[in-house]
Amino acid sequence: MTEFIQQLLNALSLGAIYALIALGYTMVYGVLRFINFAHSDVFMVGAVTGCFLGKYLPAGTWWGGLSCLLGAMIVCALLGMLIERLAYRPLRASPRLNVLITAIGVSLLLEYTFQNEHVFGAAPRAFPQIFPEVVWQVRGLTLSSNQLLVIGVALVLMVALQFIVFRTRIGTAMRAVSLNPRAAQLVGINRDVVVAFTFALGSALAGAGGILYALNYQSVEPLMGVMPGLKAFVAAVLGGIGNIPGAALGGLLIGTIETFVGGSQLSTYKDAIAFALLILILVFRPAGLLGRRTIEKV
Amino acid sequence: MTPLRRSLSSPHLALLAALIASVTLTRLVTDPYANDILTTLGINIILAVSLNLVNGYAGQFSLGHAGFMSVGAYLSAAVTLFAGPALLGEDGGSVWAQNALFFAALLAGGLCAALAGLLVGVPSLRLRGDYLAIVTLGFGEIIRVIFQNIEPLGGALGLNGIPNYTTVAWTFGFAALTVFVVCCLVRSTYGRGFLATHDDEIAAEAMGLNTTRYKIAAFVIGAFFAGIAGGLYGHFKMSITASGFDFTKSIEIVVMVILGGMGNTVGVILAAILLTLLPEVLRPIAEYRMILYSFMLIVLMLMRPQGLFNFHLTRKT
Repeated sequence: MTEFIQQLLNALSLGAIYALIALGYTMVYGVLRFINFAHSDVFMVGAVTGCFLGKYLPAGTWWGGLSCLLGAMIVCALLGMLIERLAYRPLRASPRLNVLITAIGVSLLLEYTFQNEHVFGAAPRAFPQIFPEVVWQVRGLTLSSNQLLVIGVALVLMVALQFIVFRTRIGTAMRAVSLNPRAAQLVGINRDVVVAFTFALGSALAGAGGILYALNYQSVEPLMGVMPGLKAFVAAVLGGIGNIPGAALGGLLIGTIETFVGGSQLSTYKDAIAFALLILILVFRPAGLLGRRTIEKV
Repeated sequence: MTPLRRSLSSPHLALLAALIASVTLTRLVTDPYANDILTTLGINIILAVSLNLVNGYAGQFSLGHAGFMSVGAYLSAAVTLFAGPALLGEDGGSVWAQNALFFAALLAGGLCAALAGLLVGVPSLRLRGDYLAIVTLGFGEIIRVIFQNIEPLGGALGLNGIPNYTTVAWTFGFAALTVFVVCCLVRSTYGRGFLATHDDEIAAEAMGLNTTRYKIAAFVIGAFFAGIAGGLYGHFKMSITASGFDFTKSIEIVVMVILGGMGNTVGVILAAILLTLLPEVLRPIAEYRMILYSFMLIVLMLMRPQGLFNFHLTRKT
């Protein structure tokens, strides 16, 4: 039983990180209807930024850790807006597949740039312990403050996102663009501003996810985003892409499945099982768990 | 029309000419570096042209082509490694026997990959667009993880010591065959169905076409040639690991197809050539070449969104 609760805790912290990344995928899909492949590398840039900032901020203090987290989120938000402005906006009118390939190009560009020795280098680096670390032993359970921090920060960010999307003017504009881009423009919504804001928001969440992931795994490297990014994408599709609560749910599900399979004898198959479940769910519920089925009009 | 052009416009004669040319090319090319580049080129052409049948002509966006490639690579390598010594005898057999075994191994690999394509094709009945893309991506990853866990096939270390059977003649022969099959297929009465499925699925169904069958056929044929390419790759590199056929490899093939222009075989071949040679040309600035490569990819997409080699008016998708 204790082991089960312990694993559940691990599952929650991994799932929370996946959920944070998945939210970025799903929001961009909501307003632009395309898969932002570079998102997983924005996640990596967040972790790398944390690595650099960690050197200059006092390690092991709350304000140092939080300002590091905030710094990474700001850097990622700016990066996300920059990518959208330079690479995606000129292709707004072209077929989605072209945007997809540009996104792949941006993803490769970020990966290879950071693999360069003069920028970061291909070798993994240790991530500094930016937050104070405490480990509690409760009835055989090991609770690390890092793990609780990951869950807590993710929860706060998701609530904040929910507030922005449903309670603010710009959030309303986002939902309007997602529902019907042309009608939104007709009522005076500036689509470019909304798209830029969506990218900033999604990228900031990915940056936070990057810091939290690096805190949990203690290492940073240029390709660290690829697998979590793929899983988070699966999570977004699982929940119904374009659907914000769906992305959070999908992230938690994928994290849980992966942790429990990873703890069993089938641990070497854990990557495959996440995808196999995805395929099963999609075959039986093609629009994802919370996605609405669209009726095809001829 | 000159007699040469007339004879080349007949697909069978063109295939024959290409086969003869590829055999003579092998005799002419003795430089190992040129040999390596040409073999890689041939394999990339097979991969790109076969993926173009699925992505370009039939309009089913697949991100798992490397998975089919790995099925072919592992199966054919298993045939030559495990059945080879028993069939060829102690002395390794004559050149003819080796090549016959290689051919059989390639076919076995291709057929197994086609079977895998059938398995992936079935869910494509229900899914489309991004969802289909993610499912094919998932299948590719699942195949990779399964191979990593099969101990007789080397597990995570992969298969080593595969005999070096791949020659320029084999790769270009199969590349010519792939182009021949795909070109003839989409021009045939049957193959027009692929285009119809791509252009408007509902209209195609209303005309009485079985779009499901076309989608599966595209997957199976595409996977077959990817399997052949995998077999050629394995017997060229002489060692294979499952992680060599990951998502990045699939993306590489997809980029060739999109850069060449979806549903444009000539363009796709040209793109395969360009993308094979580009890293070689950029080799002097090795440190920055992959950065430059990805940067050029973005710029090309911004400048020529319809594909680099698509000069016709683009069909509306």
